[in-house]
Amino acid sequence: MAKSSRAAFFAVIAALAPACAHAEDLSLRGMIEPELRLFTQSASSARQKDTDISVSGELTGKYMWDNGDQSLIVTPFARLDQRDSRRTHWDLREARYGLVMGKWEVRLGFDKVFWGVTEAVHLVDVINQTDLIEDPVKQEARLGQPMLRLRTTQDFGTFDAFVLPYFRERDFPGANGRPAYDIPVDMDLTRYESSRKERHVDAAFRYAHHLGDIDFGLSYFQGTNRDPILTPALSSGGDLVLSPYYAQMKQASIDAQATKGAWLYKFEGYWRHELGREYEAATGGVEYTFYGALGTEGDIGVVAEYALDSRGLMARDPYENDGFLALRWTANDEASTSFLGGAVVDAETGAMGFRFKGERRLGDDYRLSAEAYFFGNVPRPDPIYSIADDNYLQFRIARFF
Amino acid sequence: MGMTGRIYRAALCAAAIFTLSIISAGPLRAEAPGLPAPTDAAARGLAIAQESDKRDRGWGDAKADMKMVLTNASGETSERALRFMMLENTDGDGNWSLMTFDKPADIEGTALLTYPHVKEADEQWLYLPTVKRVKRISSANKSGPFVGSEFAFEDFSAQQVGKFTYKWLRDEPCGDRTCHVVERAPQYEDSGYTRQIVWIDTTDYLFRKTDFYDRKDSLIKTLTYQDYKLYDNKFWRPGELAMANHETKKSTRLIWQSYAFHTGLTKDDFSTASLERAR
Repeated sequence: MAKSSRAAFFAVIAALAPACAHAEDLSLRGMIEPELRLFTQSASSARQKDTDISVSGELTGKYMWDNGDQSLIVTPFARLDQRDSRRTHWDLREARYGLVMGKWEVRLGFDKVFWGVTEAVHLVDVINQTDLIEDPVKQEARLGQPMLRLRTTQDFGTFDAFVLPYFRERDFPGANGRPAYDIPVDMDLTRYESSRKERHVDAAFRYAHHLGDIDFGLSYFQGTNRDPILTPALSSGGDLVLSPYYAQMKQASIDAQATKGAWLYKFEGYWRHELGREYEAATGGVEYTFYGALGTEGDIGVVAEYALDSRGLMARDPYENDGFLALRWTANDEASTSFLGGAVVDAETGAMGFRFKGERRLGDDYRLSAEAYFFGNVPRPDPIYSIADDNYLQFRIARFF
Repeated sequence: MGMTGRIYRAALCAAAIFTLSIISAGPLRAEAPGLPAPTDAAARGLAIAQESDKRDRGWGDAKADMKMVLTNASGETSERALRFMMLENTDGDGNWSLMTFDKPADIEGTALLTYPHVKEADEQWLYLPTVKRVKRISSANKSGPFVGSEFAFEDFSAQQVGKFTYKWLRDEPCGDRTCHVVERAPQYEDSGYTRQIVWIDTTDYLFRKTDFYDRKDSLIKTLTYQDYKLYDNKFWRPGELAMANHETKKSTRLIWQSYAFHTGLTKDDFSTASLERAR
């Protein structure tokens, strides 16, 4: 993590320290989660192994005062990994001050923001960098983003303005990491379009509102694209590596959801200008839930979505012409048991990916989860070809305290 | 302790005695005047429900903590803890609510915002704190269990007078009071019940017991309201709600604590944006 973020972290800790005097407004929660991964295929590199043991932990300190209108939240996250020194990493998920003044709100510090409505691909969600090492396939984990956020909530909707003074690089697995690209990404060779590099100040705006059963958001982002262009290069040691290049982009986007009974209709789309080119991408679909399915207390949800990118196979995003289908069963029992099975098919290349996930709570303080990722029929031109020999099973036990 | 201290203490004692005397006396109100005759069971049932609703008007906004104790058939228990914020809605469409989970720990910070409606579908948003995502969710799930408990979603959300048709059945003793026994049938979609029978006392028009009949019209659950306390000398709230499921032999107790009224909450505290705030 960069020096500036470390400084910010200690500044927040220092600010938090006197707050400990009022223990009634201070809460400290955390979790620790050991993990085992089993890879079912032989690795493409001799440095990659078939098993991996790892442990992650997260702590959240929250202090509220001024009748809850002011708050400080600090959430450091860390992981130790047996094999991959890159996966051994830490991050400030949150370290922010918040102030609420009636219809106005200010937040300052490391924070996380989510935009969008769909389940499979998150196209319009561009504020936070992806924590790729944490969630290499589904890519839903995010790094904390330093920001100043101003929000006002009016009768005609919510407006957000963001100033993003510092850019976080995407993290990639190291040479021992798995799943990983066949050619490792060398983060020492990171290049930027902007001469200010990671200090380029990005800006974003969002307007969101709901009218009856429609929820929608209109967003604009201008700054460093979180998604790097990876090009082959030679490392300082003379090895073939991938070098990340971060371009400047402008993005205008829309996301909308209609909620009609047990049906949800979802759409996300963006228009982007980057490196003198324009391109668009969209995703959307439906979700239907059978409540009390099969005469039980459980629900079965079906999600069908489709994603399209005007760049086609040139897109860095692997989902350029892909269909998704997922089934989710929630037992609605005391242990919150749930199972999810999902499939993605690339309509262009025929490549397929499968994901299975089951989880439940054990007692009051433990959560058990098992996940499996499998790829099939992946041809060489497909963007996921490189990780298609990294099928794996993952088991986690989280202990909350 | 100086002179001022003694005066202060005397004033406090006087205030306490005054308050106590008011509480013990309670607001003495007789059976609502002008209740329709027993011969018109539908009108009488509706009038009783309306009177119960009317007597609870004016609380404005409230905050409360709730402990939920789930007991399975073999007597094992597990707990959930929630914080509630409520905003009175005087147009009959139902009160707004925002509930936040403190326990179990794996869903800590998860929050649910509800704008109930009588005629249209309720509007509901769920906040998922790990991904910082506010999700509009379907409110068609009326009959499903709420977080694995014996309470269904509709047991919380569907309490407005306009959501039912009514039929007065009889008056009978209930504990040390007399109760109107009224049958009500849900008029909203997706309910898991054909009807409910409610016992509403004739003194303060408080719910004392509800029997729930499932879609096959058999008695499935019984809810009892216990330990009513008077807040602000005007608003009665039960300290405990106990739901017993006669089929599964499981039960759920809701224990309400630290009720506070007129805390200054406004509509701004019940916006979809407010879901993302620290609570």
